[in-house]
Amino acid sequence: MKNIPISAMIGLFFTGIYFLAAIFAPLIAPYGMAEVVGDVWEPSSSEHLLGTDSIGRDLLTRLIYGGRTTIFIATAATALSFVTGAVLGFFAAVSGGWVDQVLSRFVDLIMSIPSLIFALVVLSVMPTNMITLIILMGLLDSTRVYRLSRAVAVDITVMDYVEAARLRGEKTAWIIFREILPNALSPLVAEVGLRFIFMVLFISTLSFLGLGVQPPQADWGGIVKENKEGINYGIQAALYPAYAIATLCISINLVADWILNRTTSLKGGRG
Amino acid sequence: MTDTPLLKVRGLKIGATIYPPGERPKDIEIVHGVDFDLAPGKVLGLIGESGAGKSTIGLAAMAYGRGGVELTGGEVHVNGRDILQTGVRDVRRLRGAEVTYVSQSAAASFNPAKKIMEQVIEAAVLQKKFNKSDAEARAVELFRKLGLPDPENIGSRYPHQVSGGQLQRCMTALALCPEPDLVVFDEPTTALDVTTQIDVLAAIKDAIRDTGVAALYITHDLAVVAQVSDHIMVLRMGEMVEYGTVDQIINDPQEDYTKALVSVRSIRHEEKQPGDTPILKVENITARYKGTDFDVLKDISVEMYRGQTLAVVGESGSGKSTLARVITGLLPPSAGQITFDGRTLTPDQPTRPLEDLRELQMIYQMADTAMNPRQTVGTIIGRPLEFYFGLKGAEKQKRIQELLDEIELGDGFQDRYPAELSGGQKQRVCIARALAAKPKMIICDEVTSALDPLVADGILKLLLELQKIEDVAYLFITHDLATVKAIADSIAVMFQGEVVRYGPKSQVLSPPFDDYTDLLLSSVPEMKLGWLEEVLEHRKMESAGN
Repeated sequence: MKNIPISAMIGLFFTGIYFLAAIFAPLIAPYGMAEVVGDVWEPSSSEHLLGTDSIGRDLLTRLIYGGRTTIFIATAATALSFVTGAVLGFFAAVSGGWVDQVLSRFVDLIMSIPSLIFALVVLSVMPTNMITLIILMGLLDSTRVYRLSRAVAVDITVMDYVEAARLRGEKTAWIIFREILPNALSPLVAEVGLRFIFMVLFISTLSFLGLGVQPPQADWGGIVKENKEGINYGIQAALYPAYAIATLCISINLVADWILNRTTSLKGGRG
Repeated sequence: MTDTPLLKVRGLKIGATIYPPGERPKDIEIVHGVDFDLAPGKVLGLIGESGAGKSTIGLAAMAYGRGGVELTGGEVHVNGRDILQTGVRDVRRLRGAEVTYVSQSAAASFNPAKKIMEQVIEAAVLQKKFNKSDAEARAVELFRKLGLPDPENIGSRYPHQVSGGQLQRCMTALALCPEPDLVVFDEPTTALDVTTQIDVLAAIKDAIRDTGVAALYITHDLAVVAQVSDHIMVLRMGEMVEYGTVDQIINDPQEDYTKALVSVRSIRHEEKQPGDTPILKVENITARYKGTDFDVLKDISVEMYRGQTLAVVGESGSGKSTLARVITGLLPPSAGQITFDGRTLTPDQPTRPLEDLRELQMIYQMADTAMNPRQTVGTIIGRPLEFYFGLKGAEKQKRIQELLDEIELGDGFQDRYPAELSGGQKQRVCIARALAAKPKMIICDEVTSALDPLVADGILKLLLELQKIEDVAYLFITHDLATVKAIADSIAVMFQGEVVRYGPKSQVLSPPFDDYTDLLLSSVPEMKLGWLEEVLEHRKMESAGN
């Protein structure tokens, strides 16, 4: 871990802070999540570092809890999208033939519908809770992961060692998890970072539109929505969650860039 | 030497930067001070194994270092000037005018989007040696000299519209077009079939003689270089081993390494008599690939016996690897049947019982891609043990070590990754993986053709040794007749999807020959002077690559 470039260090530092804050939110947050502790849109003071929000809750507390929700949903949805997308993508590549055709065309179909519209339609008929959100976002995003993993796996399945495993009589599961997965890991790991960022943006967008996380639960998109009227009066409250989203995205991008570099370059990479 | 040499190399040192995983990049030296002279109109053969630095030295004659390689010391004089000192402008005037280059793979070197003529005359016009029409006239003349069909019009074709052997000759025309003083040939015939190689070789030789150009001829095949060169320099690991005339190197080598190169393929193998029941019986197999309308295999019937070797010989496209795919069940045949050890094999692999899969193993040409780069040698060899015999823990470890001993690798290899092995070691691990299944038959698909001659020899010796111990039959697919002579008990010669000659080795390799077998046998380069001319005089049939 010696030769980490400065940009990646910065990225790792901020990402680390956000994740730690999310995990230990109840310990760090100065007030309760939905506790009204002051006036509407109080400016920052020693009691309320970032001031208060549209109904007088401590904004810093809201941001910390909001980060917890946003990051949790994004992480869970990313995990879901990778497990589904990668397994199906590998399966399609290994099976080939009509299995591949059916899966790929189905994925094309889903991808042809803008995912935000798709999500809005689904959320308007489904109960809006965290589980629905995670499953919906995870499955919608898994189409992108499916594309990538299938493309990577198609290159690997034609290798002689995969043919050797087939000739040995190995089951498809072994071929996917023991022969293909270890060799496809580098591009997938790099992709995780990027997909995670899209998840953060996606959940924030949904919440901003009022179809994501429901109040009184806090999340970054929701905080922007609650405080957006304040912008007209020069109140900063809506901008803090926006800063948080931006810095988290940039930090993770920096880390993902570095991983991508490490795994794809012929020089410092271990691949 | 009375006149001044065209190319004078003194103390040439070439370095490169390597990037070992997990360590800081470090500089290594790959050529440690090489000296030689080349007089105008003479041909010097550079020969050595992969990694000997022969291509690197060849490119240094153009002051070029490929991919991060740097010319770190010494002098390279072309026509009296030191081209390592003269600067970029002068070097640019030199390349493509005084010194030109012919690469190994013409198919990868030609731009597929441009016509051949455009590319052949490009350097000559760019360097203002000729104007466009003169250059075209010269190109046509060179096409004719190189024996290309329809020399007037071949230039208006695209690279994919001519065969591999023809394209290699077009590349030679490209190099000769600007009337250079020196041409660097970098393995120009290595990627070609033997029967095509011989024509290209003859064309190159004639062209060199007619145009009076000097040449550096780089190859790993001593028999080939002996046909075209005046002098030979033997290289090993960036150092000169021996330098001499062709006659001296071939007939009276001084150094041990040169002697080993000259006497390579000295394996003797007594032909075994066929047993009573065949282990594998291929009957009237016809096969085609999905979506095509011609048969790749036409009515093939061969038999193999326990503990013996059947060699399947042929050029690329003859269907020999397809035969292996049919036997392993990867490509179900459209007609015919295969009997293995008394049982009829089902046509497609997924329906075969595990026992059939275990007893029929395969070894591949490219050991690099035949092993999962993310698995250790222990895992690679251990998996068949676990999978077929349910071996676990200490028992499995013991068996893995036994197998490693059998392939002469010994301790300390279990935890290595394929990337940490040499080419020969990799192929040995693949052999061990096949043996781990205790097969009755192994299909060896060109297992030695990606290896250096000395390493390949070691692999063949090992295979013969293992055959004695394990009593396993080999179906040996190869294009190399020297290999066949060394290890086969019976031979099947394939040509355009048919077996044109089949029988015990002694019978197949003794006259009278059919035309194709004669062509194939006579095309294998022999290590003697004047072989090329002799063969061309006595040939009955034109090679397919024309």
